[in-house]
Amino acid sequence: MRLEPIAHPSLARRLGFPAAALGLTVVVASLLALIAGANPFATLGLILKGAAGSKFALLETLNRATPLIFTGLAVAVAFRAKLWNIGAEAQLYGGAIITVVVGTSALAALPTLPLQFLMGFSAALIGALILLGPVLLKTRFGVDEVVTTLLLNFIMLLFVSYLLEGPMKDPMGMGWPKSEALDRSARLPRIVDGLRLHWGFALGIICAFAVWIIQTRTTLGYEIRAVGLNIRAARFAGIPVNAVLVKTALLSGGLAALAGFSEVSGLKGHLSLDLSPGFGYTGIIVAMLALLHPLGVVVSAVFVAGVFVGSDSMSRAADVPTYIADMLMAIALLFMVLAILLSRVRVVRG
Amino acid sequence: MNQDKTGAQSETVLRLNGITKRFGALVANDAISLDLRRGEVVALLGENGAGKTTLMNILFGHYVADAGHVEAFGEPLPPGQPRAALEAGIGMVHQHFTLADNLTVTENILLGTVPLWRMGLGLGQAKARIAQLSKDFGLSVHPDAKVGTLTVGERQRVEILKALYRDAKILILDEPTAVLTPQETDALFETLRKAVALGLSIVFISHKLHEVTAIADRCVVLRHGKVVGEVNTADTDRHALASLMVGAEITPPEVSPATPGRALLQLRDVSTPSEGAVPGLDHVTLDLKAGQITGLAGVSGNGQAALSDLISGLRMPQNGAMIIGGADQATWSPRLAVHAGIARIPEDRHHTGTIADFDLTENTILETYMDPPVSHAGWMNWSAAENMAQEVIDAYDVRCPGPSTRIRLLSGGNMQKLILGRVLERNPKVILANQPVRGLDIGAITYVHNRLLAARDAGAAVLLISEDLDEIIQLSDVIHVISEGRLSPEFPRGAKTPAELGLWMAGQGFDGDAHAA
Amino acid sequence: MMEVLDILLSASFWAAAVRIASPLIFATMGEIICERAGVLNLGIEGIMVIGAFAGWMAVYQGAPLWSGVAVAMLAGMLFGLLHATLTVPFGLSQHVVGLGVTLLATSTSYYAYRLILPEVSSPPKIEPFQPFEIPILADIPIIGEALFAQTPLTYAAFGLAALVAFALYRTPLGLALRSVGENPAAAEAQGLSVTGLRMGAVIVGSGFMAVGGSFLTLSAFSSFFFEMVNGRGWICIALVVFGMWQPGKAVLGALLYAAFDAFQIRLQQLPIGNVVPYQFFLMMPYILSIAALIAMSRRAEVPAALMVPFNRGDR
Repeated sequence: MRLEPIAHPSLARRLGFPAAALGLTVVVASLLALIAGANPFATLGLILKGAAGSKFALLETLNRATPLIFTGLAVAVAFRAKLWNIGAEAQLYGGAIITVVVGTSALAALPTLPLQFLMGFSAALIGALILLGPVLLKTRFGVDEVVTTLLLNFIMLLFVSYLLEGPMKDPMGMGWPKSEALDRSARLPRIVDGLRLHWGFALGIICAFAVWIIQTRTTLGYEIRAVGLNIRAARFAGIPVNAVLVKTALLSGGLAALAGFSEVSGLKGHLSLDLSPGFGYTGIIVAMLALLHPLGVVVSAVFVAGVFVGSDSMSRAADVPTYIADMLMAIALLFMVLAILLSRVRVVRG
Repeated sequence: MNQDKTGAQSETVLRLNGITKRFGALVANDAISLDLRRGEVVALLGENGAGKTTLMNILFGHYVADAGHVEAFGEPLPPGQPRAALEAGIGMVHQHFTLADNLTVTENILLGTVPLWRMGLGLGQAKARIAQLSKDFGLSVHPDAKVGTLTVGERQRVEILKALYRDAKILILDEPTAVLTPQETDALFETLRKAVALGLSIVFISHKLHEVTAIADRCVVLRHGKVVGEVNTADTDRHALASLMVGAEITPPEVSPATPGRALLQLRDVSTPSEGAVPGLDHVTLDLKAGQITGLAGVSGNGQAALSDLISGLRMPQNGAMIIGGADQATWSPRLAVHAGIARIPEDRHHTGTIADFDLTENTILETYMDPPVSHAGWMNWSAAENMAQEVIDAYDVRCPGPSTRIRLLSGGNMQKLILGRVLERNPKVILANQPVRGLDIGAITYVHNRLLAARDAGAAVLLISEDLDEIIQLSDVIHVISEGRLSPEFPRGAKTPAELGLWMAGQGFDGDAHAA
Repeated sequence: MMEVLDILLSASFWAAAVRIASPLIFATMGEIICERAGVLNLGIEGIMVIGAFAGWMAVYQGAPLWSGVAVAMLAGMLFGLLHATLTVPFGLSQHVVGLGVTLLATSTSYYAYRLILPEVSSPPKIEPFQPFEIPILADIPIIGEALFAQTPLTYAAFGLAALVAFALYRTPLGLALRSVGENPAAAEAQGLSVTGLRMGAVIVGSGFMAVGGSFLTLSAFSSFFFEMVNGRGWICIALVVFGMWQPGKAVLGALLYAAFDAFQIRLQQLPIGNVVPYQFFLMMPYILSIAALIAMSRRAEVPAALMVPFNRGDR
């Protein structure tokens, strides 16, 4: 077989294959439910109900989507430049640490807006610095950033574990590994009083728009796309490739760290080792399902969060393990990259 | 099998019957038929894009034809299987060599000849056989050398040995002389004559008429994917072949005498580090003068890339000085090169010159996106960018649906016109043209050459780098030859014959070169 | 200082190093096979998880230990087939597909685990491979205990490394593999199937990665728990670079890494362990891997066609 590019793919082709990918994911979901001895329709129904069946469920989904918007944007920005940032998890924790440090310091007495800005800004800064290391190793020594960012995730988790048992240990924690909590006044307020949704979600959407404008309207966005599509031509044309990669890394690392800020300041109030159940890795799925489009990231983050929240609730009602969500998302990712390819090329004989 | 020489003369060893191949809307091969007889050399003649390589790739099983079939020694060849072609006794020397750099000569030749699941490689036997073949056909290479360290000429010998090692009866050579010096070409022809004398049959693909008339018995001419003529070489002349090939009289561009001005770019004793087997520059001194085309002849891989990278801004001199417009360059980068008024036409227009998935607008502004009117303080002005692209499209006759077309959909010629427009619109002082017409058809070649001549007449200093000695001789006002990173003295137009230049290309004549013989 | 010397001279330290190196050797050999053929396999981490799970589950269900290893290998090959199909004929991004395979293999293991053992709070144990003392050789001081009193799976790891080295450099198959990773067009022009060779390499390589994973459950820990692979797959990717894509050097790297790991565990027991928190000891192997990557970055000869898909007719 051979792949032949299609000059002008039809709209049906460009939409049909991604739709088929999602459809096939649903089919797989049904099969997995069958294997578990459950009724596929009932299972899918329970997932849907758990994700969006009530105001509470919907808010839970949006809350879960919030960190995914940030990590999804982080991955989308980096992958555009073919910078393989698999370290959003580490950057997230970096941001979370600094948020707790600032939020439990004397600065916590500041009014809400400057305090939140300060926490968010310092979190983004730390996240950017965490990704800067691997990127400098890539541009200076040619060290593959996939492995270094991955390994940094493990190093960071151990570091957090050390902090929670040492300097940042909550004196009131009764041996539970968690940090001191932020005062209610030092936390991100809710968007609407009484509704369990904080401003982190709105910040995520603002960031998505900001990234979209950067990508389409600025020279940096143009440079990032050029570097990602053809680094050799970009360098030849005079685009400062290394500087572009560094800027991309700062942006990506900063965005991922905002997930940590938003989770601590908006939702949890403290740092713990289970702050992120793999939001950094799930960000890759979110970004790929959004075809790396920043506004698409918001939609796909809500979708992915819905599947996770819905599966959690479903597995409490039916005997289908909640890991079905992880499986489905991995399958959706693989189907989707194949679908994107097939929407652009034709498989021909010979 | 009939081994009798005289009786075998008429035996058809290879028959292509009604081969048709489409790529999208393009018909690359249109019902092509071709016969090859034992002990015969058939030239497949046609300009770039006529469909020669596609046809041979179908024959060898790299592509599957949409219609038609291939017979070797009377047996139909299953389509799409290089293995079947090899087993039928067909050997192919590809234009772009198909060798693995990390393997030795012997390993490359052995590859695929031993059943995959056998325990040993049998290197000893293989080496002995390769040594014998080298001797018989005059193809000297070191069997234990890593292919990555070989010169272009040596690599081609390995390619031919690969076919001979498999006892190929039919040898297909795709543009084999494009990368050789005139002397190496003669040696290749000597090898081919020995092969024919031993009963091999040869298909020789070329667009160079003097070579075709020198080696081929018969000549099949392709134009736009169709066979437009088939003649015995003895019954024709170059002129007739040329008009058959192009479909019209070829009129090479009028080259008026140059009026050189002052040197706009000077290299003083410049060296650059070598990279693996590819030499860097070795104490090069060069003046590029206003209103003059300086041609750089040489076999590929002798330092052209280093010189081109240097002038493009991709690398700095290790020692020596680069003086542009009278100023010594202390810092250097592609962007500084652009700002210094250097127009850069890169060797590889698909991978270096353009970004395939960018549209024409985005490709037009690649070098100037930081400057007004395309951007202000980091904000893009896309309508200004699109206007700029439209101007280039109009002024340089880029055939395309519009500026928002992705450039990968354009032909090589139109792609090159866009690059030309991008760099020439800014009235450059210096033009670096690295293989500017490689792979283009006659129309596009003439267009590019005329544009370069016009730029010269407007006062630009042009450096033309090409592996095609004919192109260099035709266009250049002065010629340098590059060999192993060293630069020959400057030869004025007509001062040296092609054969003399060929000796320089092979490394003879350089100072202090004791082993030149 | 004396204590450090005591550690380095103890047979149990070296035995532990060899034990820790064994799963890494399996997986690193698998990755070398993939990368030599031109495919970066980032599915390695998840494939090790599925190997650890499948082998253990098979044995828990009553299969003999060696059948467990075979089941692990088959499971790995299945995910290898998935990876190969997407990255070789379709030429999809090896980064994205690899991570996707890791996520899928990991979640499949967890899903199946919960499905089969819904109620258990701590995973059941199996009877793992026992050390087999090679007569006479095992009696050599220090070296004997370190090298010749290991489980059969450890011997198999070193045997595999020797086999891969032999196959790569001394057989037609290895020659073909090295050529597709360097210039697939060269292999195709000699009548070899690039797609077949690459897919075969990824499938077989993935099988070995899974066996490496099964070492953890069948030889080292005797039960399966979540996150037990804990980045070992990524370490192996670093080891391939450190070993410059050569089996021998990669084994050396794995042993070096394992010795370091065993050393830091023992160091924690010393007085210094009371001063420096244990997390920093645990970080050291990861930091060492990054340092090794930096050190080797200039010298490595990467297979030229690594991560470059081959589409017939693109020429």
